Amino acid sequence: MRFKILGLFAVVALIAACETAPDESATASGAGTSLTGRLGADSARSKNTAALSGSQEDLVANVGDRVFFEFDRYSIKPEARQTLVTQAAWMKKFPSLTFTIEGHCDERGTREYNLALGERRANSVKDYLVALGVNPNRLRTLSYGKERPVALGSNEQAWSQNRRAVTVVGAAGS
Amino acid sequence: MMAAMYPRQLARPLSVLALLLVLGAAGPAAAELRIDITRGVAEPLPIAITDFAGLTEAESRFGRDISLVVAADLERSGLFRRIDSRAFIQTAQASNNLPRFGDWRTINAQALVQGRVRMIADGRLRVEFRLWDVFAEQQMSGIAYQTVPNAWRRVGHMIADTVYKRITGESGYFDSRLVYIAESGPQNRRIKRLAIMDQDGENHHFLTDGAELVLTPRFSPTLQEIIYLSYFGNLPRVYIFNLDTGRQEVLGEFPGMTFAPRFSPDGKKVIMSMAKDGNSEIYNMDLRTHVTKRLTHHSAIDTSPSYSPDGKRITFNSDRGGTQQLYVMGSDGRDVRRVSHGKGRYATPVWSPRGDLIAFTKMRKGRFFIGVMRPDGSGERLLAEDYLVEAPTWAPNGRVLMFFRQQPTRADGGGGGSRLYSIDLTGHNEREMITPLDASDPAWSSLIP
Repeated sequence: MRFKILGLFAVVALIAACETAPDESATASGAGTSLTGRLGADSARSKNTAALSGSQEDLVANVGDRVFFEFDRYSIKPEARQTLVTQAAWMKKFPSLTFTIEGHCDERGTREYNLALGERRANSVKDYLVALGVNPNRLRTLSYGKERPVALGSNEQAWSQNRRAVTVVGAAGS
Repeated sequence: MMAAMYPRQLARPLSVLALLLVLGAAGPAAAELRIDITRGVAEPLPIAITDFAGLTEAESRFGRDISLVVAADLERSGLFRRIDSRAFIQTAQASNNLPRFGDWRTINAQALVQGRVRMIADGRLRVEFRLWDVFAEQQMSGIAYQTVPNAWRRVGHMIADTVYKRITGESGYFDSRLVYIAESGPQNRRIKRLAIMDQDGENHHFLTDGAELVLTPRFSPTLQEIIYLSYFGNLPRVYIFNLDTGRQEVLGEFPGMTFAPRFSPDGKKVIMSMAKDGNSEIYNMDLRTHVTKRLTHHSAIDTSPSYSPDGKRITFNSDRGGTQQLYVMGSDGRDVRRVSHGKGRYATPVWSPRGDLIAFTKMRKGRFFIGVMRPDGSGERLLAEDYLVEAPTWAPNGRVLMFFRQQPTRADGGGGGSRLYSIDLTGHNEREMITPLDASDPAWSSLIP
């Protein structure tokens, strides 16, 4: 386990170095990423040599495509900031790409309200990326409300993964 | 815009001509047979419904089928108990003679429904029925219907509505339809389709093929259109499905997601939410001029709008006070007032067609509830509770609600099924609505015009 975490640090440091992102990215990332995000990134790492640079796979494996939210909230959590800093830097490396930010909710809300909440979450991410210098014309938002959970199960662990905003390269299609 | 995949010949209810049958003189109406439905009915009224008589085999078959529709409607209301026909002493009715009331009193029938069916010269069906007060030995109602044979179910529902109204004093709700979302597939890639059916689940049709995610359908007052949210082209926007033509058209081009649509009571406007820069506000749109008007101005989420039946007020859902609560405002957007004040979060307000109540979804301590309150927020009553119950919709008479209930999902992806349920306004008589697939987002129509 310790070896894996160290391995991830190495990857993050490497990316951070080559894209001249702000300094804090290398130090904050490993500590701040959620457990699932860390494992997900780590397991995908073996494939990342195959991931086409600037592809969704590249984003998932080397940057992190999603951030998570508290229940009924849409503010960017401290641990999500680093992911978005890294995302913004990555986006700047591929200026021809456009992105869709999908906002999602857990199932513990009503459908229409969750559509509105998912839209807010997607816009929070968009605003954060724009503040980091990403051209807003490259970013589109799309709310799925509670319609597309990623984690199955009616428990807090699943809900916490479903309260998310996912950055997708190009048009949406999840 | 999108291609229709839709049995057009079944799109609209067939019309039925109704004629009043006056039979004999009306006697004194002193102690008339009556159910008071404002209090939960402890003991359903025993009613005998005979097979409607026919002279030919075809007529008799229609007669039997129609009487079964009448019986099923009345029994499902929870207000009537159908007496088993095997208990009947008088089985056949001599054409126009009075019933042998003594025979019906013997088996404790308080009301009796009899009828007959004739195929008339132009190939149409003529259905007559009479409702009798067995103890007063009086006819309470008598109507003849003429229609094409295919509309025989509608005739049954119309008869059931007449019986219901005559005995309860409230208008019925059986000659109505439901639109809802049929669901299938795993929870993380749920396939959702528009589906329509009669109020009793019959005449079921899928209106879309599941290629697009669709949500929250609602009828227009004439039942000719359904307004709903579709993710066609990955752009969540409000669409109108025309049941006459089978066509689906986007309501308009807007700078952001449009959702949570409903028609105004006169059918001339649509009210909905539009999210712009992440902020959901309530707008209405005139369907003739396509002029939109913004009605709310707040950085909070404003959604799920629903007009009062007179069109003068709008109830909606907002978290402007910190959590989701119910609000009422004028139809011009002025005089916004919070009406929900209990503990918990409140959502999906829907104004009753009678105007006297607002139904809602409530969330508190990890549980969901369906409830009603008066438009000023007083008199809150909770009718149903579960892990997830949501989206109440009113029967056209404002006496029955339907909603959906979703089971928890297991980690292996099992469970999570959702179904429709109806419940009496008193909180009694909860019944599952049988649908071919899982179901959510029900919307009840008004009575078929």
